[in-house]
Amino acid sequence: MESNMGKNNVRVLTDSTFDSFVRSPKLSVVDFWAAWCAPCRYLSPVVEELSSEYSDRANFGKLNVDENPSISTLLRIESIPTLLFFKNGKIVDVSIGVVPKEKLVQKIKSLA
Amino acid sequence: MEYDIIVIGGAAAGLTAALYSARQGMKTLVITKDIGGQALLTNEIQNYPGYDLVDGFSLLNKFREEAEAFGSEFLYDEVTSLKKENDKFILKTNDKEIISRAVILAFGKTPRDLNVPGETSFKGHGVSYCAICDGPLFRNRDVAVYGNGEHAIQAVIYLSSVVKKVYFITRAKKIIGDDELVSTLNSLKNVEIFKDSSLLSISGDTSVKSIKIKDNSSGIERDINTGAVFAEMGYIARTDFVKGIVKLNESNEIIVDSYCKTSEEGIFACGDVTNTPYKQVVISAGHGATAALSAYNYVQNKKGKVASKSDWKLVNTVKTK
Repeated sequence: MESNMGKNNVRVLTDSTFDSFVRSPKLSVVDFWAAWCAPCRYLSPVVEELSSEYSDRANFGKLNVDENPSISTLLRIESIPTLLFFKNGKIVDVSIGVVPKEKLVQKIKSLA
Repeated sequence: MEYDIIVIGGAAAGLTAALYSARQGMKTLVITKDIGGQALLTNEIQNYPGYDLVDGFSLLNKFREEAEAFGSEFLYDEVTSLKKENDKFILKTNDKEIISRAVILAFGKTPRDLNVPGETSFKGHGVSYCAICDGPLFRNRDVAVYGNGEHAIQAVIYLSSVVKKVYFITRAKKIIGDDELVSTLNSLKNVEIFKDSSLLSISGDTSVKSIKIKDNSSGIERDINTGAVFAEMGYIARTDFVKGIVKLNESNEIIVDSYCKTSEEGIFACGDVTNTPYKQVVISAGHGATAALSAYNYVQNKKGKVASKSDWKLVNTVKTK
């Protein structure tokens, strides 16, 4: 079973740490997930892999929508898994649902 | 890149096919968008033998680990085209071209679209195809379910336990299903049912705010305020990219024989994407094993080697966990 933190470069974000994380001029990729969401359990390890392979191009984070309702409500997260791509605090791309890893690689390459 | 067997699809049928194929020493690649398919949509599988109760993700992830342990490779991408050339198959993904001697189609089914205005623009913003994934995001709000059959009833029952109120809109004139399910549905206080009704459109701003429905017998239309619409219209086989290559039935399912052979030599199919009558994890797994053994025998024949009838042998895994 994949652990929710550690062993990779995915930062565990909270309502209070989220803002400063996505404000970076470097591309930030945030995985919005919850324990009850099985497709999230598939996608989160993919994000972990990406975080080790593309750490030079982007910062990777994950936010549990159950434990951090303020940010998820503010950003209107209404389907999970959702990946949001940020630069300088602004959303530059969105990916909703389970998508193949290759597609995410392409997004990261084109956005970073 | 050239493989003996390429499996398209990474759920019960495809992963079992990959396990069997790799165990026979076939150079095997699985091309899939995800792992688990429809099994990810359930938190509890109660009828997979050997397990009392297991969630879809854990079970299917185990399938993947086993296939990998015997040497199957994985590519997480979508196949965009498939064609036969000189006894071999050429598969294209978004940016790769891969050759294989045999192909196993095991990409299952996907939810049927609602086909109403607003569906596309609100996908992921209130329009959902997975009640157990997205339901809890609408806690303390009202949601709607549109569809028929037991899947729809199960979604309504589940959602009623997490949201404020559920509007169940169904074209059915009478709610039909398992007695226990129907009586549970009827006992729920926060569910309002609109029978013999059609969903006309979905509206909102950045997310869903309301839907318009029509009573089919009276023709009366009404708007309902809701934060979400859960599509429960059943599942369909998206077989467009193999149309014209293999024979399909009237439901667009791939027609296979008892060896999981399709109408095209060298192409096999298994699981929910085929015309197999029952859609169950254990049936898909068995079907996947059949397809892999048939594909293995086909490849061996093409190579001029001896084929086999079963997989009753001990094989060392290539990876240790």
